[in-house]
Amino acid sequence: MSKGRADETQGKRFGDPQMEVMMGRLLQVGVLLASAVVLIGGVLYLHAQHGSAPNYRSFSSEPAKLRQLGDMGHGLAAGDPATIIQLGVLLLIATPVARVAFALVAFAIERDKLYVAVSLIVLVVLLISFFRSQ
Amino acid sequence: MAALLFTLLLFAGSIAAGLLGALTGLGGGVVLVPLLTLIFHVDIRYAIGVSLISVIATSSGAAAAYVRDGYSSIRIGMLLEIATTIGAVFGAFLATRIHTQVLAVIFGLVLIYSAYLSWQQTRHPAPDLRAGSPWSRRLKLSGQYPGPDGKPQKYEVENIPGGAAMMFGAGTLSGLLGIGSGAVKVLAMDRVMKVPFKVSTTTSNFMIGVTAAASAGIYLHRGFIDPGLAFPVMLGVLCGSLVGARYLVKANVSLLRNIFTWVILALGVEMIVNGAMNRL
Repeated sequence: MSKGRADETQGKRFGDPQMEVMMGRLLQVGVLLASAVVLIGGVLYLHAQHGSAPNYRSFSSEPAKLRQLGDMGHGLAAGDPATIIQLGVLLLIATPVARVAFALVAFAIERDKLYVAVSLIVLVVLLISFFRSQ
Repeated sequence: MAALLFTLLLFAGSIAAGLLGALTGLGGGVVLVPLLTLIFHVDIRYAIGVSLISVIATSSGAAAAYVRDGYSSIRIGMLLEIATTIGAVFGAFLATRIHTQVLAVIFGLVLIYSAYLSWQQTRHPAPDLRAGSPWSRRLKLSGQYPGPDGKPQKYEVENIPGGAAMMFGAGTLSGLLGIGSGAVKVLAMDRVMKVPFKVSTTTSNFMIGVTAAASAGIYLHRGFIDPGLAFPVMLGVLCGSLVGARYLVKANVSLLRNIFTWVILALGVEMIVNGAMNRL
């Protein structure tokens, strides 16, 4: 069945099915990358952690180095395990955003103005929500 | 409890949540938040933050498998993501203004409704083909998917504003509770817009990740995402859901699914009782 689909799109210009397959791959690579970073950070984190688990019963916001882009840079430079985990989390959040950006480019190649506009709106909402809160 | 043991238990619990989410088709978040709050006694704000992260991981991790069969529709997904992402930002905004007790009660109600949906899904498959609205073609939402006999089946969609309004609600729930709210997304496409069921479920999977990403950045900045929780939970839910999607969904699991539907119902009641009595 997948062969039939491939034949159908062959010879034609860049189409939706190819686009979706590439997006699926993009998402998979993003998740793998993020998971690898989280795993490395996590192992280092456990190694550095002595004694009892932190108390999660009551809520206190994370320190700036674990929630703000600018401050995360310093944590990473110092090799702080918790910050490495947060970098993985950031990569993970960026993965669907990258998919929307990819769709935008793909629709532009297809010359589909309507969906270039639609993708642009979604991308702008995502970017504003991320950077406005920073 | 020692840090290592706590992490291992969290990892094991998250695998179970991922498996359960894949089996019931409700996603990992719906099981994860009650697990973290009721069993691990994690504050619901941390639970919601880390759940959002695992929702993105599950949705993106499963994406490659979903596109291969050619059911999902990138256009339907992208158009409706306008509604879900704006809803998600609104939900994340609401979350800071709602007391955690109320959050727990809302979560419980959503769980009970999800259990009802999952029970209903197994019984009433939606009818497939019908003529859509003229906007279906204008917005290029009409499409085709491989039918049971291998031949492409054409479909059109209807009631796009109704579907979009419901998607805004799905996004709000996702941003407020840290869940994928895939069940509501499927409902909006399948029941309201009359998108074929298989197209709805696969397209919903794509939308879940983008929707969750819209509020996850806000939660990260607010300090709701703790690395000590994110590490075991994200990796655990991802493993559980991938294994679940690969091996369990193909097997005949209607009995298991029924049992888990009751588990989710019970968790919902627990959340409401604990939220109302301020025991979380």
